Amino acid sequence: MQPAELDLGGYIVRLDSETDFAGWRDAARRLALNEVRPEDIGWHVVPGSDQADLPAVPAGAQLVVPRDFIGHAETAFCHSDPSRFAFLYRLLWRLRSEPKLLAIASDPDTRRLETMEKAVRRDSHKMHAFVRFRKIGDGDEERYVAWFEPDHFIVERNADFFVRRFTGMRWTILTPYASADWDGERLAIGPGAAKGDAPTQDDTEALWRTYFQNIFNPARLKVKAMQKEMPKKYWRNLPEASLIPELIAGADKAAKDMIARTPTTPAPHHAKVQARHWPKHEPAEARDDDSATTIPELREAAKGCRRCPLWRDATQTVFGEGPENAKVIFVGEQPGDQEDLAGKPFVGPAGKVFDAILDDAGVDRQKVYVTNAVKHFKFEPRGKRRIHSKPNAGEVQACRWWIDREFALIKPDLAVALGATAALSLLGKAIPVTKMRGQVIKREDGLRVFITIHPSFILRIHEPADKDAERERFLHDMKQVKRLMA
Amino acid sequence: MTALTVLEKLAILSDAAKYDASCASSGSAKRDSLKSGGIGSTEGMGICHSYAPDGRCISLLKILLTNFCIYDCSYCINRSSSNVRRARFTVDEVVKLTMDFYRRNYIEGLFLSSGVIRSPDETMGEMVEVARRLRLDEKFSGYIHLKTIPESSAELVEKAGLYADRLSINVELPTDEGVKKLAPEKKPETIRLSMANLRRKIEEKSEPTLRTKKRERFAPGGQSTQMIVGADKTSDDGILHTSARLYGSYHLRRVYYSAFSPIPDSSSSLPLQKPPLMREHRLYQADWLIRFYGFSQPEILAGSSDGMLDLAIDPKLAWALRNRGQFPVDINRADREALLRVPGLGTKVVAKILETRRHRRMRLEDVGRLCQSITKLRPFIIAEGWSPGALTDGAGLRGKIVQPCEQLSLF
Repeated sequence: MQPAELDLGGYIVRLDSETDFAGWRDAARRLALNEVRPEDIGWHVVPGSDQADLPAVPAGAQLVVPRDFIGHAETAFCHSDPSRFAFLYRLLWRLRSEPKLLAIASDPDTRRLETMEKAVRRDSHKMHAFVRFRKIGDGDEERYVAWFEPDHFIVERNADFFVRRFTGMRWTILTPYASADWDGERLAIGPGAAKGDAPTQDDTEALWRTYFQNIFNPARLKVKAMQKEMPKKYWRNLPEASLIPELIAGADKAAKDMIARTPTTPAPHHAKVQARHWPKHEPAEARDDDSATTIPELREAAKGCRRCPLWRDATQTVFGEGPENAKVIFVGEQPGDQEDLAGKPFVGPAGKVFDAILDDAGVDRQKVYVTNAVKHFKFEPRGKRRIHSKPNAGEVQACRWWIDREFALIKPDLAVALGATAALSLLGKAIPVTKMRGQVIKREDGLRVFITIHPSFILRIHEPADKDAERERFLHDMKQVKRLMA
Repeated sequence: MTALTVLEKLAILSDAAKYDASCASSGSAKRDSLKSGGIGSTEGMGICHSYAPDGRCISLLKILLTNFCIYDCSYCINRSSSNVRRARFTVDEVVKLTMDFYRRNYIEGLFLSSGVIRSPDETMGEMVEVARRLRLDEKFSGYIHLKTIPESSAELVEKAGLYADRLSINVELPTDEGVKKLAPEKKPETIRLSMANLRRKIEEKSEPTLRTKKRERFAPGGQSTQMIVGADKTSDDGILHTSARLYGSYHLRRVYYSAFSPIPDSSSSLPLQKPPLMREHRLYQADWLIRFYGFSQPEILAGSSDGMLDLAIDPKLAWALRNRGQFPVDINRADREALLRVPGLGTKVVAKILETRRHRRMRLEDVGRLCQSITKLRPFIIAEGWSPGALTDGAGLRGKIVQPCEQLSLF
């Protein structure tokens, strides 16, 4: 064994292999705790050597580094840059006095660490993507073998990925510096191999090349975009890549041919298909005429309603629901998110509150008719949510066409306006709901309209005591409605 | 007529699928084969196994079960009046192709779509059968995306969700009027309802069940859609409005924009030109601003004269140039929302700035080290030792930035 001091008064560290992170970690720990400066260490890979000649850890000494450093270092260690051992030691050295160093993204050393990690991760990603197995043998002898040339030392860190993915298969990945082999039960990392050790053909490649050729759209040629993600250095081991030059060369002509082949006369079977499946083209809706004589007919007619622009963004018309001989009609504002999806009124959170209170008041929900002043959901999309927005007077006015017909067909004794929009719809003018709550207003046509709040108002109260109180008030209103119905 | 070989069918039915823009195999639940001893895994993010010369990744075996179709949508190569060669895979053939390709690590899984043959339910039933066979008979844990046919029955959609990672329903075109005109047999109302039902189903199944507390598996990768851009006259503002509505209403994971591509034997009602690829690219960028950068849909094009995205510069830079009053933004003090609005700063760089500035004040060159180029950035930020002065409001600002950017952003 040679004395370590020979190298200009510094230390020589001999790592067992390019991927000997444990060896690096041990040496780095011992050297740092002995205050050996980065410039006094030489790092080399010498298989089979140990580190007996490095100074021992001083008794009781402990090396404290940020927790995430080891993870970063392990990744960067797979990089093929021979100066990585010294660089990582320098980082370790700096971290002792600058523990926040890794959080300072603009520091050149932090940048370099990140760049190295990124290169390793990218190479790993490309390995996941560009390994191409070739099958050899059949039955019990069936095995899949791949040849891959990574830029960095990444076989060990990626072998588990292939085990998780190809558990039910026996496979081997050969690379110039290491190989990974899975026999269905055990993973073994072995020495490197040569390209000639891998099979050169696989019957499925003809199908794969056919797919590659045909999924390409020549009218969208973007060669740079392709090469950015699939650099040429990988092409020599990808069975489909040899097709690329001719596909590119022929793209312009292929695209022109596509355009030139158009238009022609319809295919022979087209008329038959049309006749069998599309006997008559339905005329566009516009069925909201006055002919509906029952609620189901009216509901059907309302499906194609275009009386205001709200239909454009909503899923569907949410029409009223309940028996046609109901004595009372409850009118809400407009459907919400859940109602819009389900196509039924009062099924969302406010509807649940409404149902529960009706139940408490002894009003049979099966015997009442519920509907909304506006039949399409009006909202503002915000990310993945829809924020309810209040219908304006024009929209309320447009939808009165439907409300009036619902009332005309059902002929109830009483209407309950739930909130200001409903009151506006039923009375034709804005009224102060909180002030007039609990009152009955008689319309010119004789219909009695009971004024109260919308149940969603209760949902919006956060203070539990206030919420309970408001619920009680609404329950009181509903009991009054029950009396008015009698 | 002699029967077609699998190779011939593959050529016809992958050619028929090449106009579809969607490809992602990400966003599903994490899964592997260790327990089942089968084949396949998904790890949250998808892997692109190859790239075609059109720059699009190949991560899935994207094919049609059949390109026979009873519909006659004028933008579609497979419409019933088209003279394209027809073929039909058997369920067995698709299962075998998927497994053979997957075992050789060519693909992440299967993206199965289909022309509608005879009836929507018959076609959908066969697609579901492919997925069922892969999952149960082949113990396949890779990715499966099924293109749902809107008119098919609820039971079939439910089964599809049981086996597939993601389901999608094409909205086809940005407006209902467009659908009615170019896809006369399709009903926009039905497409909306199908998406609504799918969202309800996904939400219902993601609730833990009372008995086991375990969630039932149902399309863990959610639902997505695709619309064709450039086949009708809808403006970019209108397209983005439709996207925002779709994301908000049906909780889609992705809306794909597919620039209308000339197709052989195309209908005479369509433009005969190369697809507007840059427009498609800008739409994706704008979509990104809405989903990850806190922009609301209306503000992206507010103040623009024609409701179209600028083809020469990215939508964030265009927005910043129209809203200079909001700049410059102080790199060392502004909150995340304000930083995300600075042209040239992406979500990752913003995260790094927020972390770094807790420890030291940042200079212009510090910021420069974190991003690709400082040219776009300089007029819009204040940093230690840097203030853009009159640069932010200068009349020639667009010209100064656009030139260096153009080389970067054009393909």
